[in-house]
Amino acid sequence: MIKEEDKQATLRSMGNYINPLVRDIPPSGIRKFFDMANASKDIITLGVGEPDFCTPWHVREACVYSLERGRTKYTSNAGMPELREAIAEYLHDSFQITYNPADELLVTVGGSEAIDLALRTLVSPGDEILIPEPCYISYSPIVSIGGGVAVGIETSAENQFKLTAESLKAKLTPNSKVLILCYPSNPTGGIMTYEDWLPIAKVVEEHDLIVISDEIYAELTYDQKHVSFASVPGMKDRTIVVSGFSKAFAMTGWRMGYACGHKEIIAAMLKIHQYTVMCAPIMGQVAALEALKNGHEEKAHMVESYNQRRRLVVKGFREIGLDCHEPQGAFYAFPSIQSTGLTSEQFAHRLLFEAKVAAVPGDVFGLGGEGYIRCSYATSVAQLNEALDRMGRFLDKMKQEM
Amino acid sequence: MKDLSELNVNILKLLKEDARRSPSLIATMLGVEEEEVRASITEMEEDHVIVKYATILNWSKVNDEKVTALIEVQITPERGRGFEGIAERIYLFPQVKSVYLMSGAYDLLVEVEGKNLREVASFVSDKLSPIEAVLSTKTHFILKKYKQEGIIYEDREDDQRLVVSP
Repeated sequence: MIKEEDKQATLRSMGNYINPLVRDIPPSGIRKFFDMANASKDIITLGVGEPDFCTPWHVREACVYSLERGRTKYTSNAGMPELREAIAEYLHDSFQITYNPADELLVTVGGSEAIDLALRTLVSPGDEILIPEPCYISYSPIVSIGGGVAVGIETSAENQFKLTAESLKAKLTPNSKVLILCYPSNPTGGIMTYEDWLPIAKVVEEHDLIVISDEIYAELTYDQKHVSFASVPGMKDRTIVVSGFSKAFAMTGWRMGYACGHKEIIAAMLKIHQYTVMCAPIMGQVAALEALKNGHEEKAHMVESYNQRRRLVVKGFREIGLDCHEPQGAFYAFPSIQSTGLTSEQFAHRLLFEAKVAAVPGDVFGLGGEGYIRCSYATSVAQLNEALDRMGRFLDKMKQEM
Repeated sequence: MKDLSELNVNILKLLKEDARRSPSLIATMLGVEEEEVRASITEMEEDHVIVKYATILNWSKVNDEKVTALIEVQITPERGRGFEGIAERIYLFPQVKSVYLMSGAYDLLVEVEGKNLREVASFVSDKLSPIEAVLSTKTHFILKKYKQEGIIYEDREDDQRLVVSP
């Protein structure tokens, strides 16, 4: 029989079993905020990082039909050949990047798995991984688990949150190895044009970097088409393109993503993939194939709808007195709250409790995020209008206090 | 018939989703001037492209005894006027809610609303069938409406997203 205090002692020391690289990852700032927001009643949330559309019915129906026909088995490790072919064709037609579906393309469990595989494949202890920030929150923890060092590169509203060659060069060291790009950007909505990419490509080439380009929001650009970093001359072999179906086809819960790149790198990623998840779920693969075959019309309709709401919130934020750079992609606006004199966290906290609107404090997205909040406009027009009203009243109230 | 401009099409799509959207909101959503939207709407109202702003109701939510029937009507077309004259004689009855000219086994599809079954039946026997050109009728009573004008009456796909996600 184990005595109670022995049990306590055992529990206390459990942390010693945990790999220090995992133990020392700080808890996600977004998680903390989620717990707070989740406990609040009657809130309007602008904190959601996923489409408000349900997956189009024809996609869901295709999956149901495949289940009825008993398609419930493993697929090949890299994904069903017909899906890989469809993805390759789609990437070629939409973004002018050409991959051989046989060995340059891998279907993953969401874009997230593709990012994990890419980083695990590339990062050795001590490598420095360059990450333009503010950015999606998963990159640097995964880098740390691999023993790599995440090096943030601050981007700013003055440059529409674009990465510049100067800021990239300023962070280069002999240990620099990987550059992670996430454009269109979560959380800023910033994009990179072909002209913006050219000087970056030059630095990448000169310093022999390899690039992970997270292009999950590629379909969601508004005034111009997305330019894949891999389509820039000379960059295809240096780039692992990571993308997926979540944002473009409103399929977040299906967890369907993919990675494309040089066949040696894809082969290495495939090794990890086959030992960890074997293959992406067949139900999701069937649905993804249907989305690529017949989903483009509904996708265009969704993009148009985001664009309408984008115009609404940007104008709305400016009218209530928040500076807001014009997001060109994704479904986030990233207004500045610096005029209030509060930190992002204080502002988001008060906004939640006093105005019942949830938005994510910008500082959780890394360097350059302090002073901003991320507002997702993937929610109904009626909710957006109500949120803007509430925020306007909240800002007026704060002005009177000052 | 004329082609609608892209702006007009976009305005109509937004109004079709919600007819109460103001010109100012529509202008913001489409990234154009409010005056342009006002002018387009006025023009489309004058041209009867926009016929009316009505409300889609779910009568089954309230205690309402109305019954609706779809009636297939076969008719002999009139010389020189085809189906137009007969269709008009039918659609002018206030209890007739819609009339469509159809291809196939019958000619007109007539939607009729009445307080009860008997009222609809007597409309068919007293008003519709006696019209000289009407050859036959076939009445189908509607038991339940699930979706109308692209709008699902009881949408179960409500927002199940997490409040905050990365």
